[in-house]
Amino acid sequence: MPEYAIVLYAPIDDLRPSADSAAERAEHERHSQELQDEGRMIAAFALESFQTATSIRAGGISDGPFIESKEVVLGFCIVEATDLDDALALARRNPIIHQGGGVEVRPVEGSVVRPPSSE
Amino acid sequence: VTNGGPTNEDTRRAVAQAFRDEWTRVLASTVRVARDLDLAEECAQEAFAEALISWSRDGVPRSPGAWLTAIAARRVIDSMRRNSTYRRKVHLLIEPEPEASADLTLTMTSDAEWSETDDTMRLVFMCCHPSLSEDAQMALTLRLVCGMATKDVARCFLVSETTMAARLTRAKQKIAVARIPFRVPTTTDMTARLDAVLAVVYLLFTIGHTAPTGATLVRDDVVGEAKRLARLLLGLMPSEREIGGLLALMLVNDARRDSRVDAHGSARRISEQDRSTWDHHAIDEAHELLVTSLQAGRPGRYTLQAAIATLHAEAPTYDDVDWPQIVLLYDQLLLAWPTPVVQLNRAVALSKTLGPAAALEVVVELEADGRLRQYQYLPAVKAYLLEQLGRVADAQEARRRAFDLAANDVERDFLLNHPH
Repeated sequence: MPEYAIVLYAPIDDLRPSADSAAERAEHERHSQELQDEGRMIAAFALESFQTATSIRAGGISDGPFIESKEVVLGFCIVEATDLDDALALARRNPIIHQGGGVEVRPVEGSVVRPPSSE
Repeated sequence: VTNGGPTNEDTRRAVAQAFRDEWTRVLASTVRVARDLDLAEECAQEAFAEALISWSRDGVPRSPGAWLTAIAARRVIDSMRRNSTYRRKVHLLIEPEPEASADLTLTMTSDAEWSETDDTMRLVFMCCHPSLSEDAQMALTLRLVCGMATKDVARCFLVSETTMAARLTRAKQKIAVARIPFRVPTTTDMTARLDAVLAVVYLLFTIGHTAPTGATLVRDDVVGEAKRLARLLLGLMPSEREIGGLLALMLVNDARRDSRVDAHGSARRISEQDRSTWDHHAIDEAHELLVTSLQAGRPGRYTLQAAIATLHAEAPTYDDVDWPQIVLLYDQLLLAWPTPVVQLNRAVALSKTLGPAAALEVVVELEADGRLRQYQYLPAVKAYLLEQLGRVADAQEARRRAFDLAANDVERDFLLNHPH
């Protein structure tokens, strides 16, 4: 089945630790479990804070995310869907959308995944 | 084709007529067979070219649409056979045909008709998919659904043919690669998806009607295509009332267009337009459509806008306009479509019922809100109200601001030459 990446974005302002964050995180766990149970989710990666990012260009290494923007990538997942409408229906359920952020949906052209080493 | 060749004038006329009537259906059916937009376009065009030759030799077939669809499909199959060995393509996602019914032979004709109608809807919804940019949706709709030549589509958007061709190619690639389905939306998605289609039709109409830049106020082609699209959609989905509302809105606005500019191409205020030059036949048709659209349920934005425009159009003179009724319709419109532009228009109507001071209050509030900062009609309305209140200097200032914001020569000229 065709694969789509769902990339999660949130505004930098909303990333300060707040009272809601535990509840919000739990919501993502639940959503992830649902997509796994439905047999739709192939992979999911939550990334550490954008403040931990390092970027590399021909000119050298710099601190921070690659694109200076008010929004940053939080993570992404790969789902199987029959077509764009189907993928959008899955993506629309992502909790980040009512948590002040949003998602980008992109078809996957190709992929390679190897289970992580046990070390 | 040269004079004295196989093509005579009657055939040419028949093919041109078939193009107007059948292009959309022929292309839509061909898309399903080809699973590739470029190939489908090419083969549909070839079918019309072949008609020129074949029809002058054998006569016009009884069902030109069926003939053209069959030829286009044959071209697709020929091309697929030729290219099957080396052509690796991303195929369009085509919804599978419904299960064949047991008594296939009995229902053959009606099934074929149903399927063709459905293909047209699939094509429309695919071209107006919300994951495509508005510009791409409009361009694809004109090119594919209306069959407008790329160079003419380019002219509508004031870009070069190369730019438009590239824009169309990118949009078609997205359809194929992201797998935007060739499918009629499910009932749950229908309202939102139909809204997107109607928005495209209305944007096309608006582009043709107000020509955002340049010196000509009306670009006839797009206006005509927008109305034709609305009629097509109404035929496909007669129970969707907002389509009728949209068609009515376009008819009544277009009915006044001959009087919107004077002999020198300058724009006229609605109060100064010669009502006898309005197309009353179109206004009557709009009225009929509105009666149906207003009958059941809560009316949508197009129906309400059309009702307002029709009240204007049906008043024998500007002074006879039923302003209290118009204010009521604006109140409803604000619920269906809460935008600052609607609030501004409502303020104008309000000035006729409660007076210019009350209306000015609303406009000043809107100005503070800031969303209409770039909208030339806000200072224009403000100037109009200030004049009525005798505040000449303030009015002049507002009019200058409106003039600076206007993008169209005709509109700028209008603002300049109407100091009252």
